[in-house]
Amino acid sequence: MEPFRYLDAVAAPMEAPNVDTDQIIPARFLYRKRNEGWAHLLFHDLRFNDDETPKDGFLLNMPPFGEAKVLVADRNFACGSSREHAVWSLYDYGFRVVIAKSFGDIFFGNSFQNGLLPIVLPPERVEALRAALIKEPGAHIVVDLEKQEVRGPDGTVDRFEIDAFRKECLLAGTDDVTFTLSNIDRIAAFEKAYESKLGWV
Amino acid sequence: MTAPATLFDKIWAAHAILSRPDGATLLHIDRHLVHDGASNAFRTLKEKGLAVRRPDRTFATPDHYVSTLGRTLSSINDPNRRGMVEDLETHTRESNVKMFGLSDRRQGIVHVVGPEQGLSQPGMVIVCGDSHTATHGAMGALAFGVGASEVSHVLATQTLWQRKPKNMRVTVDGTLAPGVVAKDVILAIIAKISAMGGTGHVIEYAGSAIRGLSIEGRLTVCNMSIEAGARAGMVAPDDTTFAYLHGRPYAPKGADWDKALALWRTLPTDEGATFDREVHLDAAEIAPMVTWGTSPEAAAPITDRVPDPKDAADAFRRDNMERALAYMDLKPGMPLSEIAVDRVFIGSCTNSRIEDLRAAAKVVKGRHTTIPAMVVPGSGLVKAQAEAEGLDAIFKSAGFEWREAGCSMCVGMNGDLVAPGERCASTSNRNFVGRQGKGARTHLVSPTMAAAAAVTGKLTDVRQLMANG
Repeated sequence: MEPFRYLDAVAAPMEAPNVDTDQIIPARFLYRKRNEGWAHLLFHDLRFNDDETPKDGFLLNMPPFGEAKVLVADRNFACGSSREHAVWSLYDYGFRVVIAKSFGDIFFGNSFQNGLLPIVLPPERVEALRAALIKEPGAHIVVDLEKQEVRGPDGTVDRFEIDAFRKECLLAGTDDVTFTLSNIDRIAAFEKAYESKLGWV
Repeated sequence: MTAPATLFDKIWAAHAILSRPDGATLLHIDRHLVHDGASNAFRTLKEKGLAVRRPDRTFATPDHYVSTLGRTLSSINDPNRRGMVEDLETHTRESNVKMFGLSDRRQGIVHVVGPEQGLSQPGMVIVCGDSHTATHGAMGALAFGVGASEVSHVLATQTLWQRKPKNMRVTVDGTLAPGVVAKDVILAIIAKISAMGGTGHVIEYAGSAIRGLSIEGRLTVCNMSIEAGARAGMVAPDDTTFAYLHGRPYAPKGADWDKALALWRTLPTDEGATFDREVHLDAAEIAPMVTWGTSPEAAAPITDRVPDPKDAADAFRRDNMERALAYMDLKPGMPLSEIAVDRVFIGSCTNSRIEDLRAAAKVVKGRHTTIPAMVVPGSGLVKAQAEAEGLDAIFKSAGFEWREAGCSMCVGMNGDLVAPGERCASTSNRNFVGRQGKGARTHLVSPTMAAAAAVTGKLTDVRQLMANG
């Protein structure tokens, strides 16, 4: 996993609420392997016509939003299915940060496993950021994970919350399996005690 | 004396191995259910040089990619789909994981198989790489869906890091009106609390109307917790739960049963335990529900009309509603019961159990479909049971297709798709844009409402159809 520390990049405003993972990555593509690349499938049915030409009016088909690395969404972003392919598609396309009013719980957790940083900001701040990006297409948003800050196009700074451990993992680019396995003795001890009590499980 | 605790608190505490300074807890996992979407997770495990730590707690069955037209690998025409089922066979064989394969009658939708086999039990922590894992919460378990990285973490360690969600209780008191079923209850709940009403929470469904539901009904309710934003939903275990479990293949036996039962009886939420959020519904006010939009929260009683975006609370909601109605090709003010549908799907982890099929068959008996319609039982055993009761004959003579078990048209990953522009009355769980196929329009309904729609060719109040004889 690539570490994430700091990003200064074009941001794209996505206005719709409840953008579900079926829209982010349609189910018919899910048989593919992680390393086969997912950039071209992101938002596929919203982004492409039946003949695979770009659909007019879709956010990422409008320059300069196509080169965005920050997505500013609305509420309940990536609700629905647990498919981690939604994170892979956003990541492979180039996104490193998604800012929203709220996220689907499973997507939120999946993001950290892949180096994508989901940030929750208050609704009025999310709307203000989107308005600024619409007013000035191509404007940058700066995300500083160390300081836990988002700087909008007008220089306004918002602080965001993140678990200390998740932050550490993102900064270092590590996932948590290694850490868990370093505790294997405690896991084994728990299992022994648990199974002596609940032998039928 | 310990402080009063909720069902969720108790299960959480019993599975906590250790905590990190940031508040995350390492949870022991009792059951890891695996399906044919797990290829990437198994590959990750291999790449890291790791093995499945507890094959004895891991159970697999293919469901997403299986053909509903046959029970052999060769019945899956598409090589990519077939590869996913083959992958699962290979990975489970290599790691000695119990597999209910295609040729096994116990194969089926993983969320139907778990309870049916008695694998899902009260007090357990159950995970699966599928968001509808919440279903198993109906057994009095903490069950939630995880992504591919977490699947490989569980395979490798039989544990999972989680931050404890908040407690939420949805109480449905009173008696459901005739013709109103579990699916209507959960759609009414989601319409009330919204598609993100349960985000960050575990929902405990309580109240006399919930306790009055069969296990099948509770499974339907818990199944759609994720559509309400909650990763897990649960119902306290009671005599209904114990009666359902007793004698099932993987349920405890003999002295173990007595020990388990004694523990299970301590699980329900203590009197005086507090919830971070409480919601109440009156069962008597719930009517048969249908969805009209592209989020499960866009649900209304069948007696209502398509809402008018002009009445929306703000411009943002209005735009959003207009987009949904445009996709669904519906006009504001139109009675929901006048919406013509092109196809009916009865199946999915929400509504494919024997009780669902019995209820639908009762509506269909002596009537005939006017549009294409299919029934996809939730497992091979549900199918066999239905056939033993003659339900297949009722469906077939009414014009339904009678298929083999799998996820099928709920998500279309096996190729059972709704055509672009087609409108489907479906007993599944998601009416998202393109969910049942590109351009497909989905109306979520109960099995009896789906059966009624198949007969009339439009969304129909099943109570009226039955009253009219």
